[in-house]
Amino acid sequence: MSRPTRRRMLALVLGVIAIPPAASAQDVLIRNATVHTVTERGTLERSDVLVRGGRIAAVGTNLDAAGAAVVEAKGRPLTPGLFGGITGLGVVEVSLEQSTVDYAPPKADESHGPAVGPRPEFDVTLAFNPQSAVIGVNRADGVTSAMVAPAAQAGAAVVSGQGAVARLDGRADAFAAQSRTLFADLGVGAPASGVGRAAQFMLLDQAVREARPTPQMRDADFRLLTPAGREVLARYLSGGRIVFAVDRASDIRQVLAFAQRHGARPVILGGAQAWQVAGLLAQAKVPVILDPLVNLPGSFDQLGASLENAARLHQAGVRIAFTYLNDGTHNARKVRQAAGVAVANGLPREAGLAAITANPAEIFGLGAEQGRIAVGQVADLVLWSGDPLEVTTVAEQVWIDGRPQSMRSRQTELRDRYRPRAP
Amino acid sequence: MRRAGCWLAALAAWATGAVAAPDPFPSTYQPIAAPPTLIRNAIVLDGAGRRFDGADVLMRDGKIVGVGPGLAADGATVVDAQGRWVTPGLIDVHSHLGVYASPGVDAHSDGNEATDPVTAGVWAEHGVWPQDPGFETALAGGVTTLQVLPGSANLIGGRGVTLRNLPATDVQGMKFPGAPHGLKMACGENPKRVYGGKGKAPSTRMGNVAGYRQAFADAEDYRRQQEKYQRELTEYEASQSGSRGRKGSDAKPPVPPKRDLRLETLVAAMAGEIQVHVHCYRADEMAIMLDLAREFGFKVAAFHHGVEAYKIADRLATEGVCGALWADWWGFKLEAYDAIWENLAFVDAPANGCAIVHSDSDEGIQRLNQEAAKAMVRGQRAGLDIPPERAIRWVTSNAARSLGIDGRVGTLEPGKMADVVLWDRDPFSVYAHAERVYVDGALIYDRAAPSATPRSDFLLGQPAGGAK
Repeated sequence: MSRPTRRRMLALVLGVIAIPPAASAQDVLIRNATVHTVTERGTLERSDVLVRGGRIAAVGTNLDAAGAAVVEAKGRPLTPGLFGGITGLGVVEVSLEQSTVDYAPPKADESHGPAVGPRPEFDVTLAFNPQSAVIGVNRADGVTSAMVAPAAQAGAAVVSGQGAVARLDGRADAFAAQSRTLFADLGVGAPASGVGRAAQFMLLDQAVREARPTPQMRDADFRLLTPAGREVLARYLSGGRIVFAVDRASDIRQVLAFAQRHGARPVILGGAQAWQVAGLLAQAKVPVILDPLVNLPGSFDQLGASLENAARLHQAGVRIAFTYLNDGTHNARKVRQAAGVAVANGLPREAGLAAITANPAEIFGLGAEQGRIAVGQVADLVLWSGDPLEVTTVAEQVWIDGRPQSMRSRQTELRDRYRPRAP
Repeated sequence: MRRAGCWLAALAAWATGAVAAPDPFPSTYQPIAAPPTLIRNAIVLDGAGRRFDGADVLMRDGKIVGVGPGLAADGATVVDAQGRWVTPGLIDVHSHLGVYASPGVDAHSDGNEATDPVTAGVWAEHGVWPQDPGFETALAGGVTTLQVLPGSANLIGGRGVTLRNLPATDVQGMKFPGAPHGLKMACGENPKRVYGGKGKAPSTRMGNVAGYRQAFADAEDYRRQQEKYQRELTEYEASQSGSRGRKGSDAKPPVPPKRDLRLETLVAAMAGEIQVHVHCYRADEMAIMLDLAREFGFKVAAFHHGVEAYKIADRLATEGVCGALWADWWGFKLEAYDAIWENLAFVDAPANGCAIVHSDSDEGIQRLNQEAAKAMVRGQRAGLDIPPERAIRWVTSNAARSLGIDGRVGTLEPGKMADVVLWDRDPFSVYAHAERVYVDGALIYDRAAPSATPRSDFLLGQPAGGAK
């Protein structure tokens, strides 16, 4: 679609007033919105957001378009683009079709190296396909970035590999280097759980020894990691970010101790019992990425799971972000509903929005760049039909880097083909 | 012996469609006695398509007495519902609570008898663990009735059971009195993956359909044997009573055919005594299943999951088949790739369309109202007129219809069982909570009094705490 056509489409959808050609495709003035800044400024009624060259240039009232396209928000809410959580976006198309699944490290067998070994060198971002239809579906519902993460898989014991945060506008170079993250799985949910959690920590400690060998170690002492794995793990141990998928409070304590021992920066993923150690997490400044919908003991590690997990962690001063654990890839968009449910169960409204915008950006080292509506941030924005956390609200328009994104997807194409005929 | 003979005769009579099946595991559910209750001044969605603003709902003796403005309390307990909403109790037609209970440990894997592609003789109720904590979280979401089904590993997975969502120590104490069984069938990828992976039939969709057809053909044969036995029994009894002591003395009673639990179920489905629920994603496969149903003379009550149901919405409506659907699940397998947000709304749109929101999930069942809300708004934006009083039918009366219990639950019409949810606001909101849930007129869940609400044995005394 050519630029003018797209703009006309946008005008039809949004009631845009007539405008002169913009100086750049990445300039836009969004006028008269309820602006959820996710900053100390809070929510600004009847305010404008000016985007220049893909970045936010001003947030205020009566801003001058100065040649930029103008979108009349008519008071509707404007938020930062949503962070879709921990996903397989772009690395899995159809979960049960192996030929479309690229986010699992190799299974353990003799041709792939050590029989049961952590594989920190596995880098899922190499498989990223920005043209995945799954991305388009989620983007049309307001998801503008997400962590693309390796999947836990039997054979890649404990450490499953690296991921990074992708921008979801179809660009080839989608990943920000500073968002790179190592993923580890512990407890019941760990793929090597056949060996039990003590063995998991044993493997983790052995991996650390191999990544940071002492001069006394001989070749025979290197049993777990490949040379590439040693190199990568050593890098993450020196202040790198490691996401530990873990639910049980006792395991969270072990993770905190491990991280302190080895100098890594941990992030807890899952954390069904995290509220029970909220004080510790706050003190250690360790964030938690959780699914607010988890309130049943899906495993013995999740006894005490609560709809109030998010509210309690926030109250204790823990930085929280949300993910949808059931199918966080195809339904990454469901983080918005999850945030609404957390708010319905005691989390302040602005904290609910922060948990799917600014907080995950901070957790993954991108806070200065994205996740808020503030001058200098990238213009990843969503204009909503109503309350951004409400299930009856839909995204009216999505921008990434100030460019209006197509609001069509494979699903809207199917909808329009099969739309009921008028009676 | 004589008793057994009677029972077999009854069974044979049932097999010929003469009488309803005797239930060897009869419901022992008893409504909890409760005083009459008047919910005063609420916004009421009655499940039958009507909305009343500022109306009262009166329940007495476990039944709905009426809905309307200014009803006389007449000694009833009065609940002020100013600014709040009332709906019928929600109904989930597709749950695996109890058969895949929390915690999801190996010992709780009781939902798929994945040892043979046709296990029509197994009953979900025999796998239901009543202590699944998921029942009480579903109750907090306003669910008062649910159908627990076997899983979809098999072509014909067995019988589903419809339950009242009340705590009980055994499943009989939860069984919805008089509700027909369901029959769970499955199309597509699951059966062929499960058995193809074992090097057995079916390994293709061709094999799937051959498998259903052979099973029903066997059931037809079984029905013929039952009919023949019934005829011979009738003749024998006539000969005995008509000529006592003479010619009948040397006549022998006919020997009943050996019972076959698989085929009994299928015969009952063909007789219309069991509601047939078919897990089926693709439109083309649903069309094949409708032809299959015609070949063997059974009716499909609902297609479950039906991610492509919108492609054949008119045919489903014409044939009176419901679509039990999700708002937004998709993509986890290829047959779920063509999802659209508007699926429920498009299935609902034709005259006699029957859209149902189902969960298939211990999370989704807690917020059927939110799933309906998401689907409702997408339908509205596609230009369809779907007010809340219409969309609430997707989780109440339409669900009841597919379970064959629409004469008893699913609406707030007089005489219906008094399953009622009082919501703290518009239930089509992410912020809505069920404040009070009544089952047969008894207050079973009260958000303001958590200690009085049901709590699973499993969660007692857990130092790490229970579900909340």
